[in-house]
Formats: sequence, structure tokens, C-alpha cells
Amino acid sequence: MIPLSYYLILSAILFCIGVAGFFFKRDIVSIFISIELMLNGVNLAFVAFSHALHSISGNLFVFFVMVVAAAEAAVGLAIIIAVVRARQTLNVDRMDLMKL
Amino acid sequence: MHPALFFIFGGIALAGAINLLVQRAPIYSALSLVAVMGALAVLFLLLGAEFIAFIQIIVYAGAIMVLFVFVIMLLNADVPEPTRRSKVAQAIGYPVMALLLVELAGFFAAAFGATPVRTGGYLVQVAAVGQALFHEFLLPFEVTSVLFLVGVTGAVLLAARREERHGAAPRATRVHAGVPTRAMAEALSVPPNAMGGAVIEPAPQPESEPAHARAQGDGR
Repeated sequence: MIPLSYYLILSAILFCIGVAGFFFKRDIVSIFISIELMLNGVNLAFVAFSHALHSISGNLFVFFVMVVAAAEAAVGLAIIIAVVRARQTLNVDRMDLMKL
Repeated sequence: MHPALFFIFGGIALAGAINLLVQRAPIYSALSLVAVMGALAVLFLLLGAEFIAFIQIIVYAGAIMVLFVFVIMLLNADVPEPTRRSKVAQAIGYPVMALLLVELAGFFAAAFGATPVRTGGYLVQVAAVGQALFHEFLLPFEVTSVLFLVGVTGAVLLAARREERHGAAPRATRVHAGVPTRAMAEALSVPPNAMGGAVIEPAPQPESEPAHARAQGDGR
């Protein structure tokens, strides 16, 4: 039996590592992977609260987060392919225009 | 049993996340994220969320990460060259991240340090998730199907090559130019000889097909 705060602190650590990766990574695919890590950290907090509060809503929120993450990954990776094909680089410092 | 499993798999998740941060090649970051997702699935099982745990493995680690790995291989993503701004970001960013983490952890420890988490006594998980999904969350569930439709259409449109999009008509005729049977020519509503070659009836000799197709391609 462990306190709920352990799960929440682990979730906060995962989220902060995701934020750090989002800021420090230079290639666009790693930045996208860091966003997925942030979503996973938040999912852990949702499930922990769902268990502690005896409510099913947290699980459903995680379900919808996963659905949106799947759609986001499909569209985002398509955008990455289009941008990299136009710019011939993965480095975000060289992608400073929104136009293709 | 519960604390041991929590510390083992929480440690795996933490190590995977740190490895994700320090690796420079994107493929190693993606594989570390798969390890984090697997460890988190075990933590979800410990918390009684069976449905979420298996969806995590099947959809997240199975489908989404395969998409990531495909794109990394497709783009031939390698270690990026360091730029000047990344050094500045690291010098400022790590203390700020540590500060944010200490704030969050302090709040959680103060607010929820006394709430125990036990194994057992779970809700009837999968059935309850289905009931809630198709009753009170029915509208969001249906809206996600529209979201997926838009996402799939947008992904195909964005990832298509530009010259193929503008030059769709020649490509379509080239697909049909292999063996123009009479039925195909009628379906295209063109006269049978307008496709630039002799129209052959069904049951042709298959070994003459490539030469035939090449002659049609030259005639175009």
C-alpha cells in the first residue's frame, strides 16, 4: 500500500521530462516523441485519480486522450514528411517559416 | 507486492524517459518511449484500469509507435547537428524544469500524501467503461469518428507528393494503359483505338504485355 502521491509524482516527473525534451531536442521527430511522453504522464495521473476517487471518468478521459493522440500522430507525421521533403532538414532551427 | 511492483515498473518508466531525453538519435528516443509505455501499462493494471492498460499496449505501443518508427526510417533521421540556440536553451531550461518539478511534486506530496492506493476493490472495469462510453459519453465517442475521418483525409492529402496531385490525369491513364480491353475502353467512354494502340481482346498472351505497355507509354 503506497500513497497516491507516488503515482502523481511519477506522472509529474514524466511530464517534466517531456517538457524538457520538447524544449531541448533539435530534430522535429524527437520533439513529437516528447509530446507523446507528456501525454503519457498525464494519462498516469488520470488513471491514478480515477482509482483513488472510485470514478470511471478518468479512464474515459484517457481513452479520449489516446484517440486524439492517434489522430495527432497521423496528421503530425504527415506534416513532418511534407515539411522535410520541402526543406531537406529535420532541424527545427532551420524551419522558421510556416509556408512549405 | 504492490509497492515492489510500483517501484520496479516506475523505475523502468523513469529510466526510459531519461534515456529518451539524453539520446540524440530519434530512433533510440522512440524505442525508449516504447519501454516507458510498457511500464506504464503495468502501472495501469496495478491501478485496476485493465481496459486502458491493454489499449495502451495495442494502440499506443503497437500502432502509434510503429508509425513513428516508419517515419523515422522513411526520413532517414539521424543525429542532428548542434546549433547555437540549443546550448542557451539547455543552460536556462534545466533549472526551470527542475523548479517546475519540485513545485509539482511538493504540491502532490502535501495534498495527496495521505491517500492510500490499494490493490483490489476495483470497479468492474471493462463493462463499466463500455457502459459509460455508450451512454454518457456517446456524443464525444461519435465525434471522434469524425475526427479520425478528418485526420485520415488530412494525412493522405499532406503526405502526397505535389507533382502527383497536380498530374493526376496522366497517372490514371497510365494505370489503365497496360491491357486496354474493349470493356475498359467502353467504361472510359472513348473509342477503342483512341488509347494509342491496338485493342486486344481478353485472354491475350501475357509475355507480350511489357513491350505493349512500353509502346503505349512512348505513344503518349
